[in-house]
Amino acid sequence: MLTIKPSSGPHTGSAIGVGSIMRQVIYALLPATAFGLYLFGWPAVNLLLVTLFASLAFEALCLKLAGKPAIPALKDGSALLTGWLLAMTLPPWAPWWIGVLGAGIAIVLGKQVYGGLGQNLFNPAMLARVVLLISFPLEMTTWADVTPWLTESAPGFYEGLTITFTGLSNPDAVTGATLLGHVKTEWLQKHPLSESLSDFGTLNMWLGMARGSLGETSALLLFAGGMWLLLKKIITWPIPISMLASVAVISGLFHFFDPERYLSPVMHLGSGALMCAAFFIATDYVTSPNTPLGQIIFGSLCGLLIYMIRTWGGYPEGAGFAILLMNSLTPLIDHYIRPRIQGRDRRGRPLEEKMIKGER
Amino acid sequence: MLLPETYKKLAGEGLWHNNVVFGQNLALCPLLAVTGTATNGLGMGLATLVVLVCSNGLVSLNRHLIPAEVRIPVFVLLIAALVTLVDMTMNAWLHEMHKVLGLFIPLIVTNCAILGRAESYASKNPVVLSLWDGLMMGFGFTLVLVLLGAVREIISSGTLFANASLLLGESLAFLETTLIPDYKGFLLTALPPGGFIALGFIIAGKRLVDRRFAARTIRETAGQALTES
Repeated sequence: MLTIKPSSGPHTGSAIGVGSIMRQVIYALLPATAFGLYLFGWPAVNLLLVTLFASLAFEALCLKLAGKPAIPALKDGSALLTGWLLAMTLPPWAPWWIGVLGAGIAIVLGKQVYGGLGQNLFNPAMLARVVLLISFPLEMTTWADVTPWLTESAPGFYEGLTITFTGLSNPDAVTGATLLGHVKTEWLQKHPLSESLSDFGTLNMWLGMARGSLGETSALLLFAGGMWLLLKKIITWPIPISMLASVAVISGLFHFFDPERYLSPVMHLGSGALMCAAFFIATDYVTSPNTPLGQIIFGSLCGLLIYMIRTWGGYPEGAGFAILLMNSLTPLIDHYIRPRIQGRDRRGRPLEEKMIKGER
Repeated sequence: MLLPETYKKLAGEGLWHNNVVFGQNLALCPLLAVTGTATNGLGMGLATLVVLVCSNGLVSLNRHLIPAEVRIPVFVLLIAALVTLVDMTMNAWLHEMHKVLGLFIPLIVTNCAILGRAESYASKNPVVLSLWDGLMMGFGFTLVLVLLGAVREIISSGTLFANASLLLGESLAFLETTLIPDYKGFLLTALPPGGFIALGFIIAGKRLVDRRFAARTIRETAGQALTES
């Protein structure tokens, strides 16, 4: 969060604006989203559309109340992206009002009350997800079975509408636990990992053929999308790499010493919200630190918190909580770790004259 | 009711313009801690109201006796004695309410709004005016507590003044209402962050009303000036 106002002097315009960045991020999300829609069928399509539409509607409403022009802000796609990210983290068969309420919390409470795009302290999509998780634990942890499109078990169009708008009639028959949730409940009954993991395959988990949030199941497709963003220079490497590396290193250490209690790094990286959070959520420009060193600290502490919450916390997944906690530390990180000012050293003292002369 | 100008002004200050919460942003700790339901807010508000009126009265009565150098400790002692009385009274006759509000009743001692009124008003003004000031400030505080409690209770559980008869006495049973039957509940508003969020929106609403009034006053005075000229 930069608070410096540009002074006089030559400034050059950038070819990429907010709109094109948001578009690129949505392109990068498309593969994982499309796969999620394929896996979970019409109810997931309904939920995604409802959430996107509600985000745009809330954005327009807030801008109108604030007396600002709505069309330019809607066109830049930031509200669309917030709604998209939120929908990706929701359980795919969640009822419609979860999407609408979540979009309202993200846009109104997470973004517009602070003054709109660029002013918010917390990532709006994660804020909404955590509010929903705390307030509606039942709806937010009902994970639909994988029922790919065009297979027999997939719900039809009308059945999809019924699931989204009136709720599941037989939740126990068509839902189950995610890998992280299953492992957590099994461990509470003192079952070692070799027993509790027997139903879950590592390859399916990385591909995404597993229960989970709408767009978060496929670690591979999310990783590919993230790599594309890195190539396009929309995001930089410090946050995602430090976050994934810290989870991998910590989980590797614990797994090495007690493989029956602690999940392996392969499992940790491939499941839950980690991949989506590392590339698409923690890298939010507004709520992450400015300097590469600050970003590495931010990313590795995010990873540490995720691992701690997953392993010892009350919830099976902690990406949302971890990112919100680190968002609140971002101003502090930016206060202590600043970019070097031109003509001064890292501590802000002027460079010695002969050094400047020598440079000439 | 015809009131002299001073009393009207004091009432306006206490209830709206200089309201303990809206105007001074004081007493936020008990405000956020006990307003999970409207009933709790009402109980806490009334307890604070009693302490505030009595402390204003006592401070004003003794304002010529208290040496200026040690006035704050004396005020605190007076307030502490009053709070102890209220605490024991509630424990005896409103035991259920006392159990719910718990620690926050003794903590009225540290409610900065009470010391604030003693210092800034009661120590400089006659007894009757100070009593009136305490009453209005206390009412203003109670109103905000009940309002915030009601908003949080309605959103979090769909009821209003639940358990009022249990906590405040059988005569208040008529207050208990269920506004939204079969409501699943929105837990966040009952939790501390929900208190902060709801308070933020209520304060923003108050500012909005103030701005509308100011704009209207400007328009009216401008209109008068035009017709006069």
